[in-house]
Amino acid sequence: MSTTAILPPPIPFTRNLRNLRIFLTETQCEFVRLLRTRGFSLSIIGFPVAFYIFFGLVMNRGQMIHGVSVAKYMLATYSVFGMIGAALFGIGIGLSGELSAGWLELKRASPMPPLAYLLAKCSSAMAFGVIIVCLLSLLGVTAAHVSLTAWEFGRLIGLTVVGVIPFACMGMALALLVPFNSAPGFANMIYLPMSFCGGLWIPIMMLPHVMQKFALLLPTYHLSQLVLGAFGYASAGSAASHWMGLLGFTLIMLGIAWVAFRRFEQNS
Amino acid sequence: MNAIHELAEAGSTGYCGVSEAPKVAVASLTHVIKRYANGVLALDDLSLTLHCGEIVALLGPNGAGKSTAVKLMMGLSTPTGGSVRIFGGDPRQTATRLRTGVMLQVGRAPEMLRVSEHISIFRGYYPNPMAYADIIRAAGLAGVESRMFGQLSGGQKQRMLFALSLAGDPDLIFLDEPTAGLDVEARRGMWTQIRSLAERGKTVLLTTHYLEEADALAHRIIVINKGRMVCEGTPAEVKSLGSGTSASRSLKVIRCSTSLVVSTLLAIPGVTNVEAHGPLTSITSTQAEATLREMLALDQNLHSLEVQSPALEDAFLALTAELPSEG
Repeated sequence: MSTTAILPPPIPFTRNLRNLRIFLTETQCEFVRLLRTRGFSLSIIGFPVAFYIFFGLVMNRGQMIHGVSVAKYMLATYSVFGMIGAALFGIGIGLSGELSAGWLELKRASPMPPLAYLLAKCSSAMAFGVIIVCLLSLLGVTAAHVSLTAWEFGRLIGLTVVGVIPFACMGMALALLVPFNSAPGFANMIYLPMSFCGGLWIPIMMLPHVMQKFALLLPTYHLSQLVLGAFGYASAGSAASHWMGLLGFTLIMLGIAWVAFRRFEQNS
Repeated sequence: MNAIHELAEAGSTGYCGVSEAPKVAVASLTHVIKRYANGVLALDDLSLTLHCGEIVALLGPNGAGKSTAVKLMMGLSTPTGGSVRIFGGDPRQTATRLRTGVMLQVGRAPEMLRVSEHISIFRGYYPNPMAYADIIRAAGLAGVESRMFGQLSGGQKQRMLFALSLAGDPDLIFLDEPTAGLDVEARRGMWTQIRSLAERGKTVLLTTHYLEEADALAHRIIVINKGRMVCEGTPAEVKSLGSGTSASRSLKVIRCSTSLVVSTLLAIPGVTNVEAHGPLTSITSTQAEATLREMLALDQNLHSLEVQSPALEDAFLALTAELPSEG
């Protein structure tokens, strides 16, 4: 006969500890899963690296335009490009696939904390973003002799990580609005023009004036300006205005995702 | 003092650990109405209750509202009217789902994760998960633990999903078509596992199109159609109701090759229905033994004799076909 004792109610501490463990396990498994999916991991890391090598290191070798090192400028813009890809495809397409397969339904029926799931996806995308940035920085420093201080590198990493959030929200909205079959197509239709028009491939100052105005609406522009600002290469607008731009975009995307999720819940 | 003993036992052995506990309602739908945003009325005043230690099969034709009812109990959906209670709580809250396990018809689980990783993730959701080795053994996954989900065969994938439902050692388990795509051996193995769950005091809600499975496993069957309950009872009771006799009489089907004509057979006590299919005659009777004695006495050349319970399929078809003709 076991000792009789009234079982105490579960204390919040143990629950929070378990939630933390769940979050860490989910993140680790999500990251490993993405890494093992060669089609994803090789392209999401490969494309920005390939573009940077070609456009930043080979084509404009050692060039300086108005005192700006092209290789260093492109280090900033292609870091942003790569990170957005990781967020949009890792989170957006991943979520879309799990939704369409019914896997998300199983997760929702389990006692998994929904926040742990979403944060794990975000963190995995951030991890890929960091990998991309480190690779690009290594290439820039070694092959193009880009001078990068530790402080600049730290800000680059930090901004890359934070920059995942608005695009994670966009990925969520995409996954909830668009059926899985067309999701990659839509993602590319958004990703590539948004990157170009935000000045990630050709510097924004070199684009026509009307496009520079249009870029004010784009999160790619605001994020790239913040990252370029870390290198002292920002072209227009204060840092605060760019943060506001990103915040506004994030809120709009969250709103769309929320409405789409409610509609999805009501119809299920 | 006794109440404290009971509480402690209930906590350590699970909700239904106390042997003298009255039939505790583990889950209930009370006058539930569910209307979707597009106007479709999926559930129309449905009430049902699940008790400790029983296996309940929820049957119904496609579009009957089975999935809707189960989703409400899983907390994936909100009722338009009425209430859903799981262990006295709202299944939409994560805390309530700490005591439930779910097996769904999932098209595709993440394929680049190993079986062991999947199980570890799900075990981590629960405060008192089942031991990893026990889960592997119960789901028959020994030897494939380090394989990626994408590399598994159809039957192995199904067994892994079953393992995920067991991961938290839950007190209430929802199984949606658990043996779909399994071979006979695997199916029987899963049936054994499901029965042992009930023996340990767990409650199982089973939805299946494979009626032999419902017949073999369920303590109780609930038949729903067009969002309403058609009937509920033990498999024997449902079969009786389905063939039009009262639920209290136990029905049997006698098949044999006999020279007795239909009119003679109908006159034998207990016989409710006679059908001739070529050389074989099917006789439905509420008093199988008495009927057999009479038949064997009347026809010395009777052969190819079989006595069976009526197929649940026939009862089910009869029960769910009745509704369109009503009102």
